[in-house]
Amino acid sequence: MNILGIYYYWVFAILLMIGFYVVIAKLNLIKKLIGLSLFQAAVFLLYITMGNVEGASAPIYGFGAETFSNPLPQVLILTAIVVGISTTALGLGIVVRIKEEYDSVEEHEIQEMDRR
Amino acid sequence: MTVVFGIFLLTLLLITAVAIVRTKNLFVAVMLMGIASLLIAANFFLLDAADVALTEAAVGAGISTVLFLGTLALTTERERAPTSRKILSFAVVSAAALVVIYATFDKPRFGSPDAPTQTHVAPWYLDKTREFIDIPNVVTAVLGSFRGYDTLGEVFVVFAAGIGVLFLLAGAPGGGKRPAPPGSDVGLSRHLIPRVVGRLLIPFILLFGLYVQFHGEYGPGGGFQAGAIVAAAIVLYALLEGEEKALQVIPRRVLLGLSAGGAILYGGVGVAGMLLGGNFLDYSVLADDPVKGQQTGILLIEAGVGLTVTGVLLSIFHAFAARGRQA
Amino acid sequence: MNALTAHLPALQVIVPMLMAPFVVLLRARNLPWVAATATSLLAFSIAVRLTMIVTDGKPVSYRMGSWAPPYGIELQVDALSALVLLVVTGASSLALIGGRESLAKVISADREPYFFAAWLLALAGMAGIVVSADAFNIFVFMEISSLASYVLVAGGPDRRALPATFKYLIMGTIGATFYLIGVGLIYMMTGTLNLADMELRVHEVADQKPILAAAGFITVGLALKAAIFPLHVWLPNAYTYAPHVVTAFLAACATKVALYVLLRFDFFVFQQNLIGHEFQFAAYLMPLAILGILIGSAVAMFERNIKRMLAFSSVAQIGYMMLGASFVTATGLTAATLHMFNHALAKGGLFLAIAAIAIVTAGCRLSDIAGLARRMPWTFAALVVAGLSLIGVPGTAGFVSKWYLIDAALELETGGAALVALILVSSLMAVVYVWRIVEAACFGEPAERRAASVPPALAIVLWAAAIANLGFGIAPGLPLSLSATAADILLGHVQ
Repeated sequence: MNILGIYYYWVFAILLMIGFYVVIAKLNLIKKLIGLSLFQAAVFLLYITMGNVEGASAPIYGFGAETFSNPLPQVLILTAIVVGISTTALGLGIVVRIKEEYDSVEEHEIQEMDRR
Repeated sequence: MTVVFGIFLLTLLLITAVAIVRTKNLFVAVMLMGIASLLIAANFFLLDAADVALTEAAVGAGISTVLFLGTLALTTERERAPTSRKILSFAVVSAAALVVIYATFDKPRFGSPDAPTQTHVAPWYLDKTREFIDIPNVVTAVLGSFRGYDTLGEVFVVFAAGIGVLFLLAGAPGGGKRPAPPGSDVGLSRHLIPRVVGRLLIPFILLFGLYVQFHGEYGPGGGFQAGAIVAAAIVLYALLEGEEKALQVIPRRVLLGLSAGGAILYGGVGVAGMLLGGNFLDYSVLADDPVKGQQTGILLIEAGVGLTVTGVLLSIFHAFAARGRQA
Repeated sequence: MNALTAHLPALQVIVPMLMAPFVVLLRARNLPWVAATATSLLAFSIAVRLTMIVTDGKPVSYRMGSWAPPYGIELQVDALSALVLLVVTGASSLALIGGRESLAKVISADREPYFFAAWLLALAGMAGIVVSADAFNIFVFMEISSLASYVLVAGGPDRRALPATFKYLIMGTIGATFYLIGVGLIYMMTGTLNLADMELRVHEVADQKPILAAAGFITVGLALKAAIFPLHVWLPNAYTYAPHVVTAFLAACATKVALYVLLRFDFFVFQQNLIGHEFQFAAYLMPLAILGILIGSAVAMFERNIKRMLAFSSVAQIGYMMLGASFVTATGLTAATLHMFNHALAKGGLFLAIAAIAIVTAGCRLSDIAGLARRMPWTFAALVVAGLSLIGVPGTAGFVSKWYLIDAALELETGGAALVALILVSSLMAVVYVWRIVEAACFGEPAERRAASVPPALAIVLWAAAIANLGFGIAPGLPLSLSATAADILLGHVQ
């Protein structure tokens, strides 16, 4: 079981880095938002992993389980997922407006246009 | 068995993530992102987080994908720019990676029942839910009551995103009120199979949404997931019958009313607790029996969450769709 | 305490928050503005009442849903939070009262309800961060205030507001996510989210690596939100292209709220517990503070766009606050918190003056205001007063906090004299950039102007801000006693 635990943590770390890299290195605004989603998804994985208890089941009574996984990280991540999609939606709204105003969604082209 | 399955899913997730970075086609990237979300949801399910898995699947693979595709339709599918600042980005990312890896040492063993997270606050929730609230789903109890203030905040985050998108996309050129030219907005209605299958599906999706809404106290589910599912059903209707027809069924004003009304309902329940002599969001004063009061409160606030989420998601969808017609 | 008083910490947040959905539904012209302004004033009066309760140093706490911490979410107001609450609600109220005409020029009537609802959510979000005593709850309200602020900035008239907002959104979300990682790591080691409980329990695990990593993530994440050099890159464009009144509101409080959370974490949760952390806090943040002060001021000296000039000046001013905090002494922290208050007065006043000027001129470049002082002498007089306060001239509020900062620097065993020299040099740099505005306005050749005049409400709030800059310079009693108490509270956790 512990191999899986270490692997989960490493996947969290790698996913976090991939998302973060996309956000800062890619110039396409939509790609940046995709990266941001990945970045946030990695954090969700971190929280849920730490709430897991060996041999337990989902924290719902009435299915005959004796031990339960930790409900608190799950609650936090439910909230965080919603916060994440809200940010993405607003970001996409801004991208649509940028496309209308600049006819481009590439950061360097927009900067070029603003410099003139 | 779980170990093998978990490692398989995680490896697949990593491969998907790398593919997302490498592809220049944004359509492909969005689709891969949907797959990544489903893989993450499957992992959550393996980790006994059923509620989170349901939400991640509905949001990450569903709503998020729809919104990204809507944006791609209005902008472009190709990523033109080269990757820039490679060395700087790599340095920053590596620095963060080192900190994360540094933290791996000394962290509690995975799944250990003795970890601080499992011994301090969590047992209290598992213990007291039956005494104070008496509903089977502890996640719903924590979400709705013990940490109900966070959930109120979450509803207002959704609401803020909704008014943000409306502010950005409603007013400007054309005002979004220009009627569509005839014949241009019939959605998928010319295609027989999607139409028939879709029509058959919509009532079931709606029914499932309502089930998730009201069954959240007993099993995985709740207002947010239900709102997302109901919104998906109506988006499907809009795709099949055309957006105008969907707007005839539920006009924009009603959607705005739903978004605001849900938030007001949630806040109103909190204020009612105050007026009846408790603190803000104290549901136990809502009925003579505190446990009954808690259950009533959770039912009402979940309804508020569902209303706001449905209203906001549909408002955002229509705002994007209206832009598409003008372009 | 009577029943209503006991609810004040909650009311501070929920009054503006619950008004937002109502404002969205208002359709009549100007009504959203009226509702938002009235709500903001109400929030301000709640903040004043709370301040009166906590001046004696005893914090007020509130249990959301009546659940006891650490199981439920706790709100807590002490002298430090009261000071920040006064700044947030006061800046919002002044900006709204004076901002009707200025905003009506850029926000069309059909978009007004959304805009003012977003304003109230930004206000509620910031107030929510300040009163919260729960690490995750702070994240949720941070996101409310951030999302609403993005909307406000995107309301700018220039299309360049859109890329500026996008950058703000990306950097803000990275900051918030870093914060979330940090909170997650602490939670992993302590099992709690309540700040007070966290402080106790971190103590037992302090030397463990996840806590150090968490401290790093939280500090970097909040530094991004607080625009601490070199993580300030989102700030200049966002401030420059936002509607002027929005800039006045955000410049006065948005970064300070993030700085406030940073102080809370560093002093309440980490300071006492991490071995050698006191050294780290100073060692890592002091050089950044110094660089921020110098580079921010230097860029401001050469900038031609007045709003951007003042935005870079903000980067420098945030440096002063960090500098004071990095001393980890009573005087230093007093200076830091007092400067939060005084800088809000000075910068808020300056941006309100710009909103007034922009009613008449075409743009915000130095060339646009040439010779304008003769036409609008009162506006420019107020601008000069606020500018003097920004520089730190005796008799103004800015002087008091700089004085304390110098005092704190001299208390240091080493390097005090060099830091005093730094503060003096950067003040001289401030003289230069403020002078460039005055020079352009007084001696330039006037160009063609619109025949508009400054609306009376804007003139009144502008002068209210200017007089506050003078008043709190001559009689700094209230903010000073709050800052001193706040410093005591922060340091009380160090020993």
